[in-house]
Amino acid sequence: MLRFVLRRCALVVPSLLGLLVVTFLLIHAVPSDPAVAMAGDAATPEQIERLRKQYGLDRPIWEQFAVYIENVARLDFGESAFSRRPVALDIAQRLPATLELTFCALALSVLLGVPLGVVAALNHNAWPDYLLRIFSVLGIALAAFWVAIMLQLLFSMQLGWLPLRGDLASTMARPDPVTGFLVIDSLIAGRWDAFVDAVRHLALPAVTLSLGGLATIVRFTRAGVVDTLQQDFVFYERAMGYRWLRLVWIFVLRNSVTATVTQIGLLFGGLIAGGVVVESIFDWPGIGSYTVQAILTGDRQVMLAVTLLVGTVYAAVNILVDVLHGLLDPRLMERG
Amino acid sequence: MMPMLSVRGLKVSIRTDEGTAQVLDDVGLSLERGRILGVVGESGCGKSTLIRAIMGILPKAARVEQGEIWFDGENLLVFSEAELARTVRSSRIGFIPQDPLLALNPVFKIGTQLLEIMHWHAPNDGSRGAERRKRHVGRLIGLLKRMQVPDPEGALERYPHQFSGGQRQRLLIAAALACSPRLVIADEPTTALDVTTQHQILLLLRELVSEFGISLLFVTHDFGVVAELCDDLCVIYAGQTVEAGPVRPILDTPAHPYTRALLACHPDRATSFQGIAGSVPSPLSPPPGCRFAPRCADVRAACSAGAPPHGKAKSGADVRCVQFA
Amino acid sequence: MRPILAKLSRDVPAMLGLAIVVVVLLVAIFGPLLAPFPEDAAASHLTRRLRPPSADYLFGTDNLGRDIFSRVILGARGALAIALTVVLVAMLIGVPLGLLAGFRRGWLSETIMRVTDVVLAIPQLVLALALAQLMSPSLETAMLALSLTYWPFFTRIVYAETRRLSASLFVDALRGVGASTGRIVFLHILPNALSPVIVRATIGLGFTILVAAVLGFLGMGATPPAPDWGLTIAESRTYLPKAWWYATFPGLAILFTVMGFNLLGDGLRDLVDPRIRRSR
Repeated sequence: MLRFVLRRCALVVPSLLGLLVVTFLLIHAVPSDPAVAMAGDAATPEQIERLRKQYGLDRPIWEQFAVYIENVARLDFGESAFSRRPVALDIAQRLPATLELTFCALALSVLLGVPLGVVAALNHNAWPDYLLRIFSVLGIALAAFWVAIMLQLLFSMQLGWLPLRGDLASTMARPDPVTGFLVIDSLIAGRWDAFVDAVRHLALPAVTLSLGGLATIVRFTRAGVVDTLQQDFVFYERAMGYRWLRLVWIFVLRNSVTATVTQIGLLFGGLIAGGVVVESIFDWPGIGSYTVQAILTGDRQVMLAVTLLVGTVYAAVNILVDVLHGLLDPRLMERG
Repeated sequence: MMPMLSVRGLKVSIRTDEGTAQVLDDVGLSLERGRILGVVGESGCGKSTLIRAIMGILPKAARVEQGEIWFDGENLLVFSEAELARTVRSSRIGFIPQDPLLALNPVFKIGTQLLEIMHWHAPNDGSRGAERRKRHVGRLIGLLKRMQVPDPEGALERYPHQFSGGQRQRLLIAAALACSPRLVIADEPTTALDVTTQHQILLLLRELVSEFGISLLFVTHDFGVVAELCDDLCVIYAGQTVEAGPVRPILDTPAHPYTRALLACHPDRATSFQGIAGSVPSPLSPPPGCRFAPRCADVRAACSAGAPPHGKAKSGADVRCVQFA
Repeated sequence: MRPILAKLSRDVPAMLGLAIVVVVLLVAIFGPLLAPFPEDAAASHLTRRLRPPSADYLFGTDNLGRDIFSRVILGARGALAIALTVVLVAMLIGVPLGLLAGFRRGWLSETIMRVTDVVLAIPQLVLALALAQLMSPSLETAMLALSLTYWPFFTRIVYAETRRLSASLFVDALRGVGASTGRIVFLHILPNALSPVIVRATIGLGFTILVAAVLGFLGMGATPPAPDWGLTIAESRTYLPKAWWYATFPGLAILFTVMGFNLLGDGLRDLVDPRIRRSR
């Protein structure tokens, strides 16, 4: 098992190296003064000079790359031209909020999507199936930013049921940051009011993000289950008297979800991307809104750091997905 | 004594894209207690449909038009799916499938799969929870030992793809017997195996029948297997029963033209490469009356006039042919 | 050809997708003729600001009094133009690279595929945003950025097909007869690889419209007063909730269009890839 994981990690290393090269080139390939490019539009001449020294931009390109790698290894991603703080610090502070939102959306997509997919498969070609298939086509075609605005319009502005933006009401005192996840921190601190408020703020963004994934998961789960139900062992298990519900939800499902797990992995990447705009619309204090802010202010260090981060996370998720595949289907582990 | 299993006048049709196929037309068989009945027929003669009808797992497009399936005094056809799953399958009727690799769930351990069966169907001995599970594991290990599966404890922890074909089939036989059913249905269990393994499995089944006191319904297309294993025989052609009775007399003096032709072609008896002229009729447009008539050497007008009448052959077998009515 | 079209015509969702795509195409081409107020691409009428939907203004008017229905129709042209350009450029880059990587083994092939992996390792939107920002945001750079993030999809597909086909017997036979490499690639391998490419291109069109809308929303794409769908939704935010029609209808246009391309692409995929038994 460990060997399997290590082998997977080894395969990812070239991609990560490539990622480093690409981001490095993006800074240095721009046909203008790299120091200016790195400093961003809002930089002062002193900042530009400082950067020049720091990155050794007057030295040959190979040395610059070495410096770059070294910085990355030390988690030094430079300074944000906008906030004047180290990018790494900004990211560390904002990461939990994004993770909280992403996991929530992912959980919604999976916990709703898988059962719905099974239901669709069991009702193959009957009306529940058709309904769910229409919904999945819709879900993939929805623009997240539009859905976000529509939901705000309906639930926040018209009905007033849910808050418009932010992760917590500005009047509410924030619980002590233990994990960085508001929902968990408020529970740890025993603050029921903060917990409820945090959940209310989480609702709209999480639902917005979850829709695309929900559609995909329903689709793939349905396909997987329909395929599995046609296999011989299902007949045998019925003949041996397996209870139908257990047969479907335990024994058939395990066989059907390989494709779905792959999709969940891809989904993670999509959630990070989708999160960019959704966070910005809901003023969610995470990496997404940080990125949008960086775009609008031309803060290049931030953009590149985020790109690196996202690429790495993506690679890590892919490894995780492979491991999950191995756990679900032991035959895969043997073939390595 | 009432037969363990008695099928009478079974008619089953299946709706397909090309029309309704009359897969089974007036099929009957009788399995006496403690005996082994071989159901013989070519591929496509309806053997699988017959088994599925008995087990109650017909495809959605299938319909039982007529007939009765009497098992130990009860008509299985009136049971609901839930009742069958709860009270009949595994606990009273065991099943041994044809392809042991395809029959097992590839992603669960053998132990998990077998214990699932036992959990729901093993006879109630009063124990509960962890104690009950331990007893089941013990019983399984005992069965696996009897089936001569090496390292029974380890076997329960392994996955289906980690066994050889013969071992897998033994696992499935153990699974079929685990909950002490009175009747076991075997669907060509040796077809997927090589000849030596086949022989071992047949020997094993013979022993198990007398040891466990079960009645065995053995479906096959191979007369050689029937000769080796079975007490009684039932021949099916194109969804119709043609001849039935004790094995030895039928093999010595087959009565029905189809049985005679089939035996004549068997590699052990044939003197030349010779098949039976003609081909099996499609169930979508079956010939009227006796379905073997178009290929029969002794055919006469009465054959296509109506359903072939019941008769008795010299060997004592039941034959459905105008020659013996 | 005929049996393929016949089979496609029995696929109801795919036919619906085709119908939608045709409608959008026609709207894009004949936009100025179909829009009741074609001048509203640029003109403003401050006397009729923010009117709700009515018989005259089917989708209402925006903050400059422009008819939203007309602007949505006119926006189709931009959306489709962007999508077609992006996908075409992505194909022009990706397909040859795929052929190259698939046909020749060795370091070139490896390098191309590693680069493909790296580009695919980053979610498209993030990469497009990074690129667009570095190249100074405008519509052209946005399109270039999108193309640069999409070509790997084509390369992957063409690589797989080329690999598969070049290992097959008929290529050996062709070689044996003395056919040149160019001939083999262009006359024999490329046509076979074309079907999955077309499927991917169709789905890509839908996806690009979506991403382009996001870019427009963020201000990285078209600039005012262009009737860009994403841009309009961005403009509308200040006037919500009162002017609900301002954000709703452009969004529905995006939804409608993308759904059409997706349905069509799915239908095409079912045709092309029967071996991946997609349970219908």
